[in-house]
Amino acid sequence: MSWTTRALWLLPLLLFTGLVVLMAQNLGKPQQAVVRSHMVGKPAPAMALEGVAGVPGLATADLKAGTPVLVNLFASWCLPCAVEAPQLKALQARGVTLYGIAVRDQPADVEGFLAKHGNPFGRIGLDPGGRMMIGFGASGVPETYVIDGRGVVRYQHLGEIRAEHVPMLLAELEKAK
Amino acid sequence: MIPELGHFALWLAAAAALLQAVGVTIGLWRNDEGLMRLAVPSALVQALMTVAAFGALTWAFVVSDFSVKLVATNSHSMKPDMYLWTGVWANHEGSLLLWVLVMALSGAMVALAPATLGPRFRDRVLSVQAMVALGFFAFLLIASNPFERLVPAPTEGQGLNPLLQDPGLAFHPPLLYIGYVGLSVAFAFAVAGMLEDKVGPAWAKATRPWVAGAWAFLTMGIALGSFWAYYELGWGGWWFWDPVENAALMPWLAGTALLHSIAVVMKRDALRAWTLLLAVAAFSLSMMGTFIVRSGLLTSVHAFAVDPTRGLFLMGLMALYIGGALTIYALAAGRVAEGRQFALVSRESALVANNLFMSAMLGVVLVGTLYPMALEASGGAQISVGPPYFNRTVLPMLLVAAILMAVAPFLGWRKSATGHLASRLLPAGIAAAAVVVIAVWPLGVREIGSLLGFGAAAWLGVASLSILVKRGLTLNAAGMALAHFGVAVSILGATASGALQREALVTMRVGEAIEMGPWRAELMDVRPVAGSNWTAIEATLDVRRNGAPVAVLKPQSRVFVAPPQETTEAGRAGWRTGELYSVIGKPDGTGRWQVHFWVKPLVRLIWIGGLLMALGGVLALGGKVRAGARRRSAVAEGALPLPQAA
Amino acid sequence: MAVAKPKQQRLVLALAALAVLAVAGVIAAFALEDTAAYFKAPSDIAAEQPTPGQVIRLGGLVKEGSVTRSADGLVLNFTVTDMKADTAVSYRGLVPDLFREKQGVIATGSFDGNGRFVAKELLAKHDENYMPPEVAKALEKNGHPVKGAPTASVGGDMVAGDPAA
Repeated sequence: MSWTTRALWLLPLLLFTGLVVLMAQNLGKPQQAVVRSHMVGKPAPAMALEGVAGVPGLATADLKAGTPVLVNLFASWCLPCAVEAPQLKALQARGVTLYGIAVRDQPADVEGFLAKHGNPFGRIGLDPGGRMMIGFGASGVPETYVIDGRGVVRYQHLGEIRAEHVPMLLAELEKAK
Repeated sequence: MIPELGHFALWLAAAAALLQAVGVTIGLWRNDEGLMRLAVPSALVQALMTVAAFGALTWAFVVSDFSVKLVATNSHSMKPDMYLWTGVWANHEGSLLLWVLVMALSGAMVALAPATLGPRFRDRVLSVQAMVALGFFAFLLIASNPFERLVPAPTEGQGLNPLLQDPGLAFHPPLLYIGYVGLSVAFAFAVAGMLEDKVGPAWAKATRPWVAGAWAFLTMGIALGSFWAYYELGWGGWWFWDPVENAALMPWLAGTALLHSIAVVMKRDALRAWTLLLAVAAFSLSMMGTFIVRSGLLTSVHAFAVDPTRGLFLMGLMALYIGGALTIYALAAGRVAEGRQFALVSRESALVANNLFMSAMLGVVLVGTLYPMALEASGGAQISVGPPYFNRTVLPMLLVAAILMAVAPFLGWRKSATGHLASRLLPAGIAAAAVVVIAVWPLGVREIGSLLGFGAAAWLGVASLSILVKRGLTLNAAGMALAHFGVAVSILGATASGALQREALVTMRVGEAIEMGPWRAELMDVRPVAGSNWTAIEATLDVRRNGAPVAVLKPQSRVFVAPPQETTEAGRAGWRTGELYSVIGKPDGTGRWQVHFWVKPLVRLIWIGGLLMALGGVLALGGKVRAGARRRSAVAEGALPLPQAA
Repeated sequence: MAVAKPKQQRLVLALAALAVLAVAGVIAAFALEDTAAYFKAPSDIAAEQPTPGQVIRLGGLVKEGSVTRSADGLVLNFTVTDMKADTAVSYRGLVPDLFREKQGVIATGSFDGNGRFVAKELLAKHDENYMPPEVAKALEKNGHPVKGAPTASVGGDMVAGDPAA
């Protein structure tokens, strides 16, 4: 067998190797699936959101009141948000200040949601455009953020708060003091 | 409890696969009969256990057991019953479980089928297949366990993406998977053939049914996917050249080439090395397609949930299997190459031409799909390669291929006479000319590409039919003719629905009408309607042709409750083999609605043609069983497609 | 036809194959050159005005308050922004379900002779988990990190394909 024919049989393997290298390079890029927000350690985005359902609205100044607070991104159309309602209640019962941001929501819907699942929030900002999701670097709702008394994001919790997360969040709040 | 049993069954299946892969390979190497004999039982255990695992997951979905994380994140108790079932595979973990299920079942089929190439070869195939399966079992168990529990269990699930709550999309993935996995059997046969030095006509004969079957399923899966895109996306198109579609198209092209080249190995013992390469490539492209889609390497608007670990794992598997197979190929191809010779005008060279066009199409699709990624990786700009590129490159090749396809079945093996061609192809030529004339004159088509499309469809269709009407066909030949006829039907549908389509985009009030040639569509009503887990705005369009009522279309703009999402439901109705198609858009605030209305003649032929192709593939499975009553005695050299008697 | 020697036959076959592949390659290369659509954000366009007719995928967010319709209700005019620069877009056709102000959008089209961006196709997706990956990238480049954004949920409203593959 001639040398050239032999090389020909190797060609598919070489082409494939090139392809794998190319894909490995792209796969190494951190563009996907980064879950953590860039905002941890940075000041929370500026906001001046209207209140809803008789609850006062939320502004940047409220996050700089000196004590750590939890900011919860939720929506009336979001099922896990309903699932986490008892845990938010529990946090409230432990003396935690909870602020809510209703993402892409309508006042009437939020009112209905709070009537059904209770209102653990001291303040609720209505964010019909979902701008705060981008602001906080959220990948979805619900998400919960620990903000220290100076308005800086300290911790991000993704997804619904389950019972076992409550002590963890309390600890994070303690740390943020 | 049941999910845990399912998880356990999955581990047992993986253990069986391990035994089948390692034990049998050692047995083959040492010529140890005892170890080799493990192949068949372990393949059966693997299949049984995988069925059990799949059953357990299905059970969790059907009873809405939200303590299983996969169910909680992908299902919802409000979901219509059918989608409780299909929801099982409409997610990453479940679809992988379906993949190994199909793989294990096909392994069991190989184990139970008569071992025409001897038990040693069968055991080799099973061990290769188990190695492939083992990787996917590991992927499932390590990186994507479908039975993971949630503690505490949520009271309600997050719901299935509403776009997936659709019969077309519910059954499209399993069909594709059966196709992909069928190609994995051909892959195992190819690797086993190289390792056992068995590549030849008998090998081809044993492999071919798997290729034909896989090809039929792939064809159906792609056709169904295209049909889904057509009615669900509300764009009026049926193929978008999206990377996700290309990922399914590439294995199909390779499979089509393989189906043809393997016939050459079977009949003439030529093209052996090339056929092996195609068999390896077809399954490799299936894996690569799945990987590319899953890993989010390509920017598809159809982005999937992406996890870098999973991407890395899949890439490792892929590199191992494809790289391994290609290494064996590089070592063994020299030994198996060099088949017999054939003349320039012969069935063989016609099949080579098929392979050439299929490979060229595969090449341009691959380049178009990967180029944006390559450019970005090398620091270039972000670009996207869309339909214009693919239309410009693939369509001309498809046209030439269709013209040659009509001629090929009339050529004989080895060396063909050409004298009979003119008389045999005369009807096809007349039909092509007639159709082009009809298109130009009464129908007013002027565009050259469309005219060529009409001509090619008629030419190929009539030529293929004239094979079908012959008596004494083998099933194999009938399948080929039917599949070719299906291609012609699809080309006709695609050409006609494009060239003869009429469309109007208007904003209109209730009571106003769209006038379009003989067609008139009046907006009768726009009102809210509700389904089990959605609400919608529904328009009622009364469509008449020359004053006679044809259909009432009800396009909807739907809002789903769980998860919240909006979708467009096109209002469609059949008209002959074409379709009336309408979409309702947003209100403009003054009581007017955006309405897009299309009349698409013959568009259904696209998918009917796809079904005919798949049916042809299934017929070809029957192989050489005689279909007709009596074989004609006087067969001119090269007159009948498959001269070898049954 | 005259019986040629097997070697010659093979050569002819190989040459024909090469010719077909070469033609395919050349067509593909030219088509790629002609039809590839570059992804650009408004600030890229502000930096360098593209030539009219060149196909561009313009990505960014739909600017708040910028959406207007023509009198016949068919043409949609809006502004795409990446928080640094704006590009005005006009589009004739059905507006995608998920097109909203302040949401990510990709408009595919080109500039006409009058410096107006005419979109032939709009992609928008609104899902609490989704932003077109390219838009997320462009925003990120301009200091608006959108983490986790490209991890879209399964399915797309604008594309055919395989939900589970």
